[in-house]
Amino acid sequence: MEIDEDLKEFLVEGYEHLNQLEGDLVALEQSTSDPEVINRIYRHLHTIKGNSGFLGLEKLQEITHGGENLLSRLREASIPVTPGITNALLQVIDAIRDHFESLETTGEESSRDRTALFNQLNALPVENGERIKDEESETQTPISNSPSPITNSAIRVDVNLLDKLMNLVGELVLCRNQILEFANKQAVNAEHDDAFKSASGRLNLVTSELQEGVMKTRMQPIRTIWSKFPRVVRDIAVSLNKQVQLEMEGEETELDKTLIEAIANPLTHLVRNCLDHGLETPDVRTAAGKSEVGRLLLRAYHESGHVNIEVSDDGKGIDPENLKQKALQQGIITPTQALQMTEQEALHLIFLPSFSTSKTVTNISGRGVGMDVVRANIERISGTIDVETWLGKGTTFKLKIPLTLAIIPTLIITSGGDRYAIPQVNLLELVRLDREQAEQRIEWFHGTPVYRLRGNLLPLVYLNQVLQLENNTEVQEYSGIGKTSNAHKQNLSPEQEDETINIVVVQATEKPFGLVVDAINDTQEIVVKPLGKPLKSLACFAGATIMGDGKVVLILDVQGLAQKTLITSPDKEKALVNEDSQSVNSAAIPQQLLVFHAANQRRLAIPLSKVSRLEEFSRDRIEYLGDQEVIQYRQHIMPLIHLSAVLSNGSPGFQVRDRQSEISEDKQPVIVVSLEGDKQVGLVVDQVLDIVEQGINIKGVSPQQAILCSAVIQGKVTEIIDVHALIEQGLSVVKPMLVEI
Amino acid sequence: MTNTTQLCTFFLDNLFLGIEVENVQEILRHQEMTRVPLAPPVVAGLINLRGQIVTAIDLRRRLELKPRDYDPLPINIIVRTPEETVSLLVDGIGDVLDVSDDIFERSPDTFRGEVRELIRGSYKLPNRLLLFLDVDKVVDFTVMD
Repeated sequence: MEIDEDLKEFLVEGYEHLNQLEGDLVALEQSTSDPEVINRIYRHLHTIKGNSGFLGLEKLQEITHGGENLLSRLREASIPVTPGITNALLQVIDAIRDHFESLETTGEESSRDRTALFNQLNALPVENGERIKDEESETQTPISNSPSPITNSAIRVDVNLLDKLMNLVGELVLCRNQILEFANKQAVNAEHDDAFKSASGRLNLVTSELQEGVMKTRMQPIRTIWSKFPRVVRDIAVSLNKQVQLEMEGEETELDKTLIEAIANPLTHLVRNCLDHGLETPDVRTAAGKSEVGRLLLRAYHESGHVNIEVSDDGKGIDPENLKQKALQQGIITPTQALQMTEQEALHLIFLPSFSTSKTVTNISGRGVGMDVVRANIERISGTIDVETWLGKGTTFKLKIPLTLAIIPTLIITSGGDRYAIPQVNLLELVRLDREQAEQRIEWFHGTPVYRLRGNLLPLVYLNQVLQLENNTEVQEYSGIGKTSNAHKQNLSPEQEDETINIVVVQATEKPFGLVVDAINDTQEIVVKPLGKPLKSLACFAGATIMGDGKVVLILDVQGLAQKTLITSPDKEKALVNEDSQSVNSAAIPQQLLVFHAANQRRLAIPLSKVSRLEEFSRDRIEYLGDQEVIQYRQHIMPLIHLSAVLSNGSPGFQVRDRQSEISEDKQPVIVVSLEGDKQVGLVVDQVLDIVEQGINIKGVSPQQAILCSAVIQGKVTEIIDVHALIEQGLSVVKPMLVEI
Repeated sequence: MTNTTQLCTFFLDNLFLGIEVENVQEILRHQEMTRVPLAPPVVAGLINLRGQIVTAIDLRRRLELKPRDYDPLPINIIVRTPEETVSLLVDGIGDVLDVSDDIFERSPDTFRGEVRELIRGSYKLPNRLLLFLDVDKVVDFTVMD
């Protein structure tokens, strides 16, 4: 229905006044005789009354007048505000709201009968049985001297107009990117160059500022949706017979208008949830040693490109066991899953559709359709929601919303011959490994490559593999894409990479992981354009953009990539988690191990029981028996095995000097190992590290015969030597020579 | 008076097809496309159309026809439906024809299931058969990965 422009304006303003009125009334209830609050309420009512008069809305005039009357009587008689009075005033507000809604939908005021309310208004305040006479209001003077401090420095702007401006600014940003590219490529004419460069530099500055400015126009403080909460909380608390104190921190935190609208409903639901399920009734609380009045805290603050909103209560918390039980009952999870579930996973059960643990379904919540909708709404605006709880103490819901959707800074990377954009908000750091480092430092773990980044295990995801970028040559040629980089066919197996490894460490909601790409280009601010309907459900892409050179580039969705590739099985997840926390798994029997470096800095270990002695020999004592290095040791000729020889290519009889040992001093550490009888062999190593006693949890096996398995020792991946196999391999040429002198 | 419809016609494999002229925004030569990994071959790629990102649909694959040879390069028909703007890749462009209802017939049963949905019927022209493509249905699909 087409609403008259004036009426629209009136309603918009009217709702604003109403919201403030409500807030003030609730404040009034709690601190009953602040005259300033009463004045404010009066002024709001007065303004609504005046505006209603302009539009000839009689019923509104009457009801606001009634409210005004009551207030002025209060003030004159200096009577403290009673609950009866606030209730009546709240009813006035409800009536006004009713009229507004009716006007919005039908263009007419509500026809509901208000005589009861009028009677009530007239009968108040009752003091010592006195009834105060009805007064004619025409001659009433406005109480407070000045009219409401309406600042003339603000102006109303239609949201559509702002949207248009945003779009134009977006296009401008694209053009600016193009100009910048030209500017950077200019090398020809020096004079023109300078002028052009400075002009484009200026264009850059101005565009950035314009972009910021326009985005600011659309920002609204979160107060706009929070302002209604005092009333909502009060009403629900009353209906549930609970006592609640609402605190709001950071209400001036600003968000883009569309985002504010999107989170209004989810926030309301969360608040209702806390009131309904989280906070306990006063008697339960006192029994638990808490104060009677429950605390509900709304908190908003900016943090690195996001707005964080927290809804916390100091109620009874959420019991993960309870959740698991319920989920089991409803058949959502299997008993095994329930056993293996972590607390966080159990808490996240509340976000499943139709999941509700409340025994009673109230009007407010408990129907089990709330939380999943909340999460869906939050995720639709690219936000995340998380929950923390402490049994008996309280629960906190944390929402994280990105500040803006349209124009974002990104990192441009190349993989499989194409460029892709990674939103900077997901970016943690960049790591570059040359070939050697790659070979050494990338470890394998349950079939997943990982990289140890400052002590934490970072799972690696090869972008070429995830996006299957090698397999699409047919499509490329078919559609005539003129790419020249077809020549660089990447091998799927990472061990065969010849080039440096570029790792982009990214993070979506949970653990960070490393994205391996071919090359890292540069950072750029881009305009996010949504993908068409056919492609919207591709999880790995969040949209597309147009680069300075006019080419289309896809924007990666880090969350989608994570879900698609990573560690989804609970076993792997557990394994990594255990690794990270360096916990000693209790299942294994502790063994004593000697840990050492050998064969190009590999970390190796050997059961201590096999070790006879640790020695250091100076190089000049090493002699040769044919090709075999030996040393005279305690009346024996002891053969020496260089581990690098055996382990790097396993071919017996081929002795390679460890580079390490060549460079270092002439003292060579040797681990003397005894075999059957008195026969002994010396293992030449780089450096003996430590003796540890711990359980061995086998993490992986190696194709090399000399290696028994790999495990984590002292927090590092270590290979455990199979002594016999090692000696077999190292000595097969010379075994016959093990002879006692 | 029978109704006539104006169709923009084009060639695809050995077929002659047409779509309502109102749906056609423009016709372009072959454009450079960005491929979309993980999308099936029916999605040929993404095109930059004066700042708008348009999905290019390989109509041969969509209609389950033989894939094209590499030459000649396909032509883009930019189609605008109420929901989307997409590009249809076709072999060649024909004229805009006025066709009357009385030579229209529903699809013969010789077409297989999937494709049958996408063809609304055919017009029996003197020389050949003109297939009437249902653009909305052609555009309405989602790609899962």
